[in-house]
Amino acid sequence: MNALAPAAPTLAQLPSAPSDAVRLDRVSLAPGGQTVLEGLDFAVAQGSFVGVLGPNGAGKTTLMRAILGLVPPVAGRIEVLGQPARRGQPQVGYMPQAHAPMAELRLSGRAFVAAAAGSIGWGLPLLGRAARQDVDRAIDLVGAGPWAARPVATLSGGQRQLLMLAQALLGQPRLLLLDEPLSGLDPHHQAATIDLVRDIQRRLGIAVLFSAHDLNPLLPVLDQVLYLGNRSGVLGSLADIVTGPVLSRLYGATVDVIHARGRIFVMAGGVALEQDRHVHL
Amino acid sequence: MFTYDFMQNAFAAAAIVAVLSGATGYFLVLRQQSFAGHALGHVGFAGATGALLAGLPPLSGLLAAAVCSGALMGLFGERLAERDVAVGLVLSVSLGLGLLFLSLFTGSAGQATSLLFGNVLAVDAATIRAMAAACIITLALLALISRPLLFATLRPELAAARGLDLRLVSALFLALVGAAVAEAAQIVGVLLVFTLMVGPAAAAQRLTTRVAHGIALAVLLALVEALAGVALSYLTDWPTSCWIALLSALAYLGSILASRG
Repeated sequence: MNALAPAAPTLAQLPSAPSDAVRLDRVSLAPGGQTVLEGLDFAVAQGSFVGVLGPNGAGKTTLMRAILGLVPPVAGRIEVLGQPARRGQPQVGYMPQAHAPMAELRLSGRAFVAAAAGSIGWGLPLLGRAARQDVDRAIDLVGAGPWAARPVATLSGGQRQLLMLAQALLGQPRLLLLDEPLSGLDPHHQAATIDLVRDIQRRLGIAVLFSAHDLNPLLPVLDQVLYLGNRSGVLGSLADIVTGPVLSRLYGATVDVIHARGRIFVMAGGVALEQDRHVHL
Repeated sequence: MFTYDFMQNAFAAAAIVAVLSGATGYFLVLRQQSFAGHALGHVGFAGATGALLAGLPPLSGLLAAAVCSGALMGLFGERLAERDVAVGLVLSVSLGLGLLFLSLFTGSAGQATSLLFGNVLAVDAATIRAMAAACIITLALLALISRPLLFATLRPELAAARGLDLRLVSALFLALVGAAVAEAAQIVGVLLVFTLMVGPAAAAQRLTTRVAHGIALAVLLALVEALAGVALSYLTDWPTSCWIALLSALAYLGSILASRG
């Protein structure tokens, strides 16, 4: 049982708030038979920006895949936008970590985005009017309009990342799951991506789960943080969660949270947690 | 040269094969599975020689072997890192088996040469009708899977997250590639299937930024190369497959220069 679960009534016992984007009731996830997360119990309110943090292997991707209905929970219940999590839920936008073969792709950025538009059903890859407008809208949202006609191979890494973000925005999602969208970007592009996502999130009024290795770039935009580690997780405001005692309890080891010059360093045994991806607690 | 029946047949057969190869090849190149397509030709060779040995029409063996192994490759070829080696093994074992079947088969060596390098002049009207029918069916099936195929090719993780069965799509596609390879092998032979499936498609992809344009250009290039190959072969008495291979390489080099310029 999760030591971090609140002693008061659990979420399962509270009335379901219809405004929840995601709601997990004592969820355990064990993809491939190996338990990655246990007793997750939290709800993400509609319209909030949540940073998903934790060391490598803490289950950030697994959690997102579970919300997408790709990893069925071995225990507990996951509700997405008021319905049980299921595969192919059109109101959830997803940006998986990039492995797309884009380096040699001569198709235009727009054609790349359009490949993910419309249904996944059989037939020709021809888009109707509505789907074409959806593609245009997604491209405009990420500001890719001026260069979307260029071949993907000639675009920068940051631009390719924006195309994948545009794909996640297809279909007018109400919940956006972004898996490590900052990986491989330099600090300048990281900040630009965060600002863009925050801007889109506010304009559309949608909830965003944004996973990252480092908390600091996200500090200006976060509504809440979800810290994963030690097969568990805690969600709350920055002030409530990113503290020595809470994170020490989460990881079952002494964790220091150091504030310096507007930045936050989460240290375990003298090692910055997010900086060293190989720290195992 | 257009007055001879055998030349008319040769042009018709080359055109049918070119259309099918260009369209199928576009997706094959986009998926970076050219090598798999090449290997399917070799598996087809083993199938064809096996059929000869069993007293069956070699074309049926070619088609069955290429389609079945394409589907199996799609189902089991998930792990990318192992794919090149696995495909290479399949390729060489198939060629070895084909050789064995040929040596056991006491027929003429001409059969082997036309399987390996094609024999467009041997195509008769009945074969052309069968090829046209097979071409239409294969293209129709390709059209049917093209939307999920494109999505799965460009963004596999996202397609899977949306509920697409990547292995099913891959298996269906490679089975269709097997069918296209079996058709193309009759014109250019199993060893040179590459020239009509990969060459035109690769050149087309360098020159286009839209899927529809790319497929159209791949088909057009394949058509020009195949028909010109047949005509040049008639004029020079060099083998058709040789001409098609040369034209295909030339077109690809041209596309590199054009896309840089």
